Amino acid sequence: MRKLSVSHAIREGMHEEMLRDESVIMLGEDVGKMGNVFGITLGFIEEFGENRVIDTPISEAGFVGMSVGAAMCGIRPVAELMYVDFISVCMDPVMNQAAKMRYMTGGQINVPMVLRAPMGSGRRNAGQHSQCLESLFTAIPGLKVVCPSTAADAKGLIKAAIRDDDPVMFIEHKLLYAKKGEVPEEEYIIPLGKADIKREGKDVTIITWSRQVFFALDAAEELAKEGIDAEVLDLRSLVPLDWEAIKESVSKTHNVVIVHEGVKRSGFGGELSAQITEELFDELDSPVERVAALNVVPPFAPTLEDEFFPHAEDIVKAVKKVLNK
Amino acid sequence: MENKKYSKEMILDLYQTMVRIRKFETELSNCFTKGMLFGNIHTSIGQEAVAAGANKALEKTDLITTTHRGHGQIIAKGAKTDKMMAELFGRKTGYCGGKGGSMHVADVSLGILGANGIVGAGIPIGAGAALASKIKGTKEVTLAIFGDAASNEGTFHEAINMAAAWKLPVVFLCENNNYGVSVNIHSVTNTDNISVRAKAYDIPGVTVDGNNPLTVYEAIKEAVEYAREGNGPSIVECMTWRMRGHYEGDPASYRSKEVTEEWAKKDPINNFRVYLLNEGIEEQEIVEIENHMDKEIEDALQFALDSPFPDPSEVTTDVYSSDNERCVLR
Repeated sequence: MRKLSVSHAIREGMHEEMLRDESVIMLGEDVGKMGNVFGITLGFIEEFGENRVIDTPISEAGFVGMSVGAAMCGIRPVAELMYVDFISVCMDPVMNQAAKMRYMTGGQINVPMVLRAPMGSGRRNAGQHSQCLESLFTAIPGLKVVCPSTAADAKGLIKAAIRDDDPVMFIEHKLLYAKKGEVPEEEYIIPLGKADIKREGKDVTIITWSRQVFFALDAAEELAKEGIDAEVLDLRSLVPLDWEAIKESVSKTHNVVIVHEGVKRSGFGGELSAQITEELFDELDSPVERVAALNVVPPFAPTLEDEFFPHAEDIVKAVKKVLNK
Repeated sequence: MENKKYSKEMILDLYQTMVRIRKFETELSNCFTKGMLFGNIHTSIGQEAVAAGANKALEKTDLITTTHRGHGQIIAKGAKTDKMMAELFGRKTGYCGGKGGSMHVADVSLGILGANGIVGAGIPIGAGAALASKIKGTKEVTLAIFGDAASNEGTFHEAINMAAAWKLPVVFLCENNNYGVSVNIHSVTNTDNISVRAKAYDIPGVTVDGNNPLTVYEAIKEAVEYAREGNGPSIVECMTWRMRGHYEGDPASYRSKEVTEEWAKKDPINNFRVYLLNEGIEEQEIVEIENHMDKEIEDALQFALDSPFPDPSEVTTDVYSSDNERCVLR
């Protein structure tokens, strides 16, 4: 099968949706002439015109708010934040407008918009350009939250997100953009809320998403050398959550490690741990363990940043602790 | 404008709209005092001419976004007072099934994209609706309504700047009632009025008497036509006064008695009634409208009170359009 980078896969998914549905538009900083800072929308403005591919000023509250308004009027905006960290200056249109519009109007108004935003540590971008904020969005009813890992997932999920009638936070990991993976030639969609077992195993379930999927896979290989058979469950979307997949895997392995790149305190891992403990307690052989970033600001210096977020060896350690090995 | 002749039908319609809003909100105020209403009620009593005049200048297919003080604009755009009253009483028969309340009434079929509880949030939403019209190539114009205080939110600048740069079919209507809750606009803003900011975006900006529905009508009509012809946005600032507090229960003691009395003389409804009589309208006809509105609001209240509250089970519906049950559960 052909291999594409994650950024190419997202680009291909969006391109197909732009061709399929002329109500789909792209807007954000540098998405037009420059084709986005990661080249994801390169050539779109020439192909689809300035009416559908819009270079915005640096006015996140303004253009995200306008995306909400356009989405209420028959357009499907795919808006882009250059970094998810910039959500701080446009949280109102996301949290109080897009997320609440349908409920507050008694189901009258849908807001079919996607807000794409790259996240993640490891690029030495320091405190304001490296955060993982997905747990913030999961705390806001009305939003769907998607965090793809592989190229194939990214393509199938962006297509589903664009077709979804609810506001979707589509959070990409910037260190995955260049990562290549197999992507089918034929058209396909991956429905939101369907987790994927990236590696089957019987001893422990590692629940994770986004870039940490790959660290978990590396950890699983290490563990295999010591005879530990880890299952890696990639949630792919946090809202909706594929509870059935979690339940099935936990009921098989009876041990759980949750891994995410955002800070540990109030991270989505705590929520998952609580749900598993509340509902699957009898299945567990040991307490649920979390591996997450330290509760500090993303640092700049390589020695500090590498210490800040989880790597494969942290996951290996956590699995051994859970299995008492 | 004083010399311009308007049809009897039009001026009576403007009067009826203003009276409908006044009686609706006066009833709200009474109900709030009696403890029958919950939440916050922000009335626009005193500002009815802005709503009546502005919406008279719109086509049915045109769109509005409005504010927490939006009852008047919503009624003037065509919302039914019974379904509004029911919504404000949290009833199932209300516009939003009781899920929105006073600050979130919407009716998309009437072009009402919603009131908004966040100051300044409706401005980019209105500009976004206009962006949609431009992309679709349709002819509707959006009226993005906000108060003087919202003009100091960043969204004001961001949305107007983009609307101007892209010549979007939107009119920015500032209802300048002089106060953001207790703070006088002049104590936090260096210009005499808001419309001068239009210069910064190189778009038209006017300030008009917001207590006369005809001056509002003329200004909005011109701005709407300008936008519909593809020339882009304008700012229309209507000077007015909320005759009650920020919300019901606020005695508004931050405003001087003298100024309050001064503005009381400018009551848009009293003054327009005098204008109607001067135009040769029989008082009997005016009284009939007033009685008719009394009855409509009385019926609206009864409709609300007779309507059931939403069933508690509805608390989890309408959050998501697809996969709602699963998304709400976890």
